[in-house]
Amino acid sequence: MKLSVPNGINMDAHVGWCPGCGHGIVARLVAEAARDLGIEENIIMVEDVACGEFAQNVLKFNTIGAAHGRPIITAAGAKRTRPDAIVIAHPGDGSAYSIGMESTIHCALRNENILALVVNNSVFGMTGGQMSPTSLPNMKTTSSPKGRDVEKNGHPFDVTKTLSSFDIAYLARGSVDSPAQVIKTGKMIKKALQKQMNGEGFCLVEVLSPCPTNWNKQPADALEFMKEQQEAFYPLGEFVDKGGEA
Amino acid sequence: MAKVLMKGNEAFAESCLRAGCRFFSGYPITPQTEILEYMSWRMEQVGGQFIQTESELAGVNMLFGAACCGARALTTSAGPGFSLKQEGISYLCGNDIPAVIADVMRIGSGLGDIFQGQGDYWQLTRGGGHGDYRTIVLAPSSVQENADLAYLAFDLAEKYRHPVLIGSDAAIGQMVEPVELPEMREHDINTYDWAIRPRKAGEDQKVIWNTYYTIGADAYMDYLKEKYATIEANEQRWENVQTDDAEIVLVAYGISSRVCKAAVKKARAQGIKLGLIRPITLWPYPQKAFDALGDQVKGFLVVEMSILGQMCDDVVLACGNKHPVESYGEFANVPSEDVILERVQEMLKKY
Amino acid sequence: MEKIKLNTKRCKGCYLCVSVCPVKALSPSGELGEQGYETVKVDEEKCITCGSCYRMCPDYAIEILK
Repeated sequence: MKLSVPNGINMDAHVGWCPGCGHGIVARLVAEAARDLGIEENIIMVEDVACGEFAQNVLKFNTIGAAHGRPIITAAGAKRTRPDAIVIAHPGDGSAYSIGMESTIHCALRNENILALVVNNSVFGMTGGQMSPTSLPNMKTTSSPKGRDVEKNGHPFDVTKTLSSFDIAYLARGSVDSPAQVIKTGKMIKKALQKQMNGEGFCLVEVLSPCPTNWNKQPADALEFMKEQQEAFYPLGEFVDKGGEA
Repeated sequence: MAKVLMKGNEAFAESCLRAGCRFFSGYPITPQTEILEYMSWRMEQVGGQFIQTESELAGVNMLFGAACCGARALTTSAGPGFSLKQEGISYLCGNDIPAVIADVMRIGSGLGDIFQGQGDYWQLTRGGGHGDYRTIVLAPSSVQENADLAYLAFDLAEKYRHPVLIGSDAAIGQMVEPVELPEMREHDINTYDWAIRPRKAGEDQKVIWNTYYTIGADAYMDYLKEKYATIEANEQRWENVQTDDAEIVLVAYGISSRVCKAAVKKARAQGIKLGLIRPITLWPYPQKAFDALGDQVKGFLVVEMSILGQMCDDVVLACGNKHPVESYGEFANVPSEDVILERVQEMLKKY
Repeated sequence: MEKIKLNTKRCKGCYLCVSVCPVKALSPSGELGEQGYETVKVDEEKCITCGSCYRMCPDYAIEILK
């Protein structure tokens, strides 16, 4: 099967992520979906200030660099100004579910016609692996060195439980733990972008992604951790697919 | 166009729309709320976007997205809410993005109170955000000027690719006065090449992020110094009231300046050589107004509605510390003409 | 005929491709690439061009040619 890196990937740019980081895979899925839908010229990426922002080097799409925690609300402002654009907010779990939570919720409530593509690696990656809202119970991070204590820090946040009752267009969770899941996740992203093209409203696709550096694991072991621990806590699948066949 | 009677906040909102503003995102807070309410019905009539956001942070960061895409975008707030805008203002400055942000000032720190006040001079002119930045700050003193400066603000913002702040206050925002509104203009969001949009086939990628990343640290230093020096040279605005022979010069902006004008009139009737400099731009500060004063000046009295005399530092700098600068600050009350005259007479005896 | 193209200049030696290859056609090469990481090598005889490596490579170092 012939498989070529899509045109949306800038092959002259340095890929800034650590070895084995899932961000590079997610960026390629965005570029593939854009190619397949013929919307490479129309995409506006709205990046966070975190590991995800390296995507603005790797992806050749027009890009706005938003403040940390603000890509979803900034993307909503961009989309309302440029309804012809396909706007993708690209936060991590810390951005979307911690500092930026209010706008994640309210953009969903307003059914803003954007895709929130949340890359969930269950840590604050760029600052060196602190506990995030999605760090698993007992997960050791640099700010929970004895493991996340749910008594002290509360339970991790599962976006699918919260947003599944909202009147939004699409809510799904994929993973890049294996080639099969990468293919499924790519379909989710493509479906969400198609929904935006149809004007259906707010789509949130969360992608579970490995952070070998901050998980202190070899990349291949990080994939195992995802399958055994992360996905046990965060089930994969489509949770809202308004008018679709989920 | 005939004059109409309008509330300051509403005249401001209407004038923004007539300047081509087609995007508003904001959050209710007294004494700014009439702007938001006015926009809630009027923006739809002109085909723009009105969004009552979940917070001031959301308001300014949503505006950031719209402004990056070329819209003439507005967010407004007051005192405590304006504090929350500072993150976005720093980002607008860091990324060279034009936008207009109004602060209908009130008094006090923390909750403070909702009365007319000028408690945000420092917040407006020094900024509460991070990094090296200044913003153009316009200070209206009437409903007419609230409308005129709103209209001007969008042009200035785009001229310099920079946010422009408007510092009115509860009195200017709430009072009703006759106003002549400007002509309705449409703004094309594709006017500027830098604006993010869907691109044509073969067109290069456009990225809006920190200008320092784009041009490098050394070039950024020169760029920034030159940008601010240009604004300082070009955009100082002020009004002189009988300063030609004034021995004591009042310095006041916004609502306080109206009391000062009355005080100057009263003083002149008594033979006291009193004048007024009314800064219209709080930044760049009207240095040129001070440079033009004659040698007869004996001192300055800064009249404002803040306890600590927030504008005094700028007057000391503007006069090169050559003359005494005294402060008459009020908090919950509007400054009094009589107190101004008493203070002026004391100063004339002292200096 | 060449089935798979490895761009070892891009390789950061994470070996996600090695871990997912169903026929063990990929393995560490023992050589340092331009970025200072030990890169991968491919045994073309074994490769079944399933594309698993392409899908998992975060650095766009692998393409399947047929």
